[in-house]
Amino acid sequence: MFINLSRIIKSGWLNFRRNIWLSTATISVFFLALFVVAALFVLSFATTHIARTLEDKVDISVYFAEDTPEYNILDVQSRLLDFKEVKSVEYVSRVDALETFKERHRDNPLIQASLEELDENPLLASLNIKAYEASTYEVIAQFLERAPAGSLVEKIDYRENKELIERLFTITGNIKRAGVIVGIILSFIAMLVAFNTVRLAIYNERDSIAIMRLVGAGNWFIRGPFVVQGMLVGFAAAVLSMLVLAALAFAFSERVDAFIPGLNLLGYLKTNALLIMGVEVGLGVLFGGLSSLVAIRNYLKV
Amino acid sequence: MIYFKKVSKIYPHDSVALKDVSFEIEPHEFVSLVGRSGAGKSTILKLLIAEERPTSGSIFFENQDIGFLAFHQISKLRRRIGVVFQDFKLLPSKNVYENVAFVLEVMGAESKQIKEDVPQVLKLVGLEKKLYNFPSELSGGEKQRAALARALVHRPEVLVADEPTGNLDYVHTWDIVNLLIKINSLGTNVVLATHDKEIVNKLKRRVITLEEGRLISDEKKGKYLI
Ligand SMILES: Nc1ncnc2c1ncn2[C@@H]1O[C@H](COP(=O)(O)OP(=O)(O)OP(=O)(O)O)[C@@H](O)[C@H]1O
Ligand SMILES: [Mg+2]
Repeated sequence: MFINLSRIIKSGWLNFRRNIWLSTATISVFFLALFVVAALFVLSFATTHIARTLEDKVDISVYFAEDTPEYNILDVQSRLLDFKEVKSVEYVSRVDALETFKERHRDNPLIQASLEELDENPLLASLNIKAYEASTYEVIAQFLERAPAGSLVEKIDYRENKELIERLFTITGNIKRAGVIVGIILSFIAMLVAFNTVRLAIYNERDSIAIMRLVGAGNWFIRGPFVVQGMLVGFAAAVLSMLVLAALAFAFSERVDAFIPGLNLLGYLKTNALLIMGVEVGLGVLFGGLSSLVAIRNYLKV
Repeated sequence: MIYFKKVSKIYPHDSVALKDVSFEIEPHEFVSLVGRSGAGKSTILKLLIAEERPTSGSIFFENQDIGFLAFHQISKLRRRIGVVFQDFKLLPSKNVYENVAFVLEVMGAESKQIKEDVPQVLKLVGLEKKLYNFPSELSGGEKQRAALARALVHRPEVLVADEPTGNLDYVHTWDIVNLLIKINSLGTNVVLATHDKEIVNKLKRRVITLEEGRLISDEKKGKYLI
């Protein structure tokens, strides 16, 4: 049994080496297929990143009437935090608001001067609310408009931006969904093409397969080397696609960063290196072996 | 040892290759199968290794009905029979040494035994200088001898040779025939399909003559009839 296994592996390796041109061609196709998968990883990372950055920019602010006591505002804040849809609620007091305002317009002497002249803080206290999903903003807005909070509220800016926010979330949702669908379709095509090259390679060997049968070789003794060969092809292609991916990441990381701010491609690849490598090598070896196994089935009937 | 009982073989398109052929081969026998081209010689050999199934009738190897073997039993049967195919059937992607070694590997032989036996049998057929050549680099006669070496190397119980001398010159032909005689004398059944009148007449062994798929004569010390 052990001697058979070692012979099968040796023979598979020998076939791989001797048919180096055929192997190279198959590796190229497998490489493209696996590269598509790797590219999908990166693409899904990028789209999620873009969608998240956009979504992160969305919040609603409630402004409270000038004379609202702070403990009332804090009470509303804690009630809001009880909603599980709410991601964060940030309290900005009137003083804080003024500080921020001053800071932002530091270089504008006109505004600075007019602020000096006012003897009272013209800004209102507010709560900045972020939710996980766009649909919940409506519920939050309604909650704020109702009693008891309603009487304290001066203005909710959500009412002004409602349409924009909803459209934004539709777009980011679509980006994510399209990424998944395109990914699945592309991977499927890539695998189909890869499988077909294996089928052609084995079709090429059909006479040899028949001869092996005729001199008494058992099925596994015939199949085995082809499966090993397929696994070697998958492995080589996976390593190649990792190398190319790494090279591309090094070459373009900075430019991508400039194009989509905050998208750290290299960092993403580094932290997920093991996962991507595992998926690529696993997929390559598994798919290479399995393709051979399935493709050879028809030729073992002599 | 081998029994053909009223065996007929009809290939697709109503091509009748064998019609009601019956004979029996005893252990240690040397049998020549003769007949014109298309008489059905190769078909008998194909039936014997279950490459083809009989259309009717039955074939036994010892007490096994070859017509109804399960898939894995077919492999086992083939390991007991060495075949020199009319078209050689060498593996093109393996060299001569590997082609011969393959049969032993299939049987699970020890590596040490393979390293000893393969060069030995290749020397026997005069191919000791072509060990590492691929079939495409061999002449017709060399391929034929490589095929013979492969058929012999695992010391099969039955050696079946389909025109093993078809591409050989006079000297090589007799080398091969003498080799077959020697193998037979060591206890192996030999079934030789041939057109070669001279060989058959000199052998003075059993001759089965076929004509258009029918067995027309079967003689213990036969001559080439047609
Ligand atoms: N696969 C096949 N399909 C259809 N007809 C076949 C097939 N193989 C053989 N035949 C036919 O069966 C008959 C016997 O063929 P076979 O190969 O047994 O002849 P043979 O005696 O070996 O001839 P030769 O001396 O030329 O090798 C022939 O008429 C041939 O055309
Ligand atoms: Mg023939």
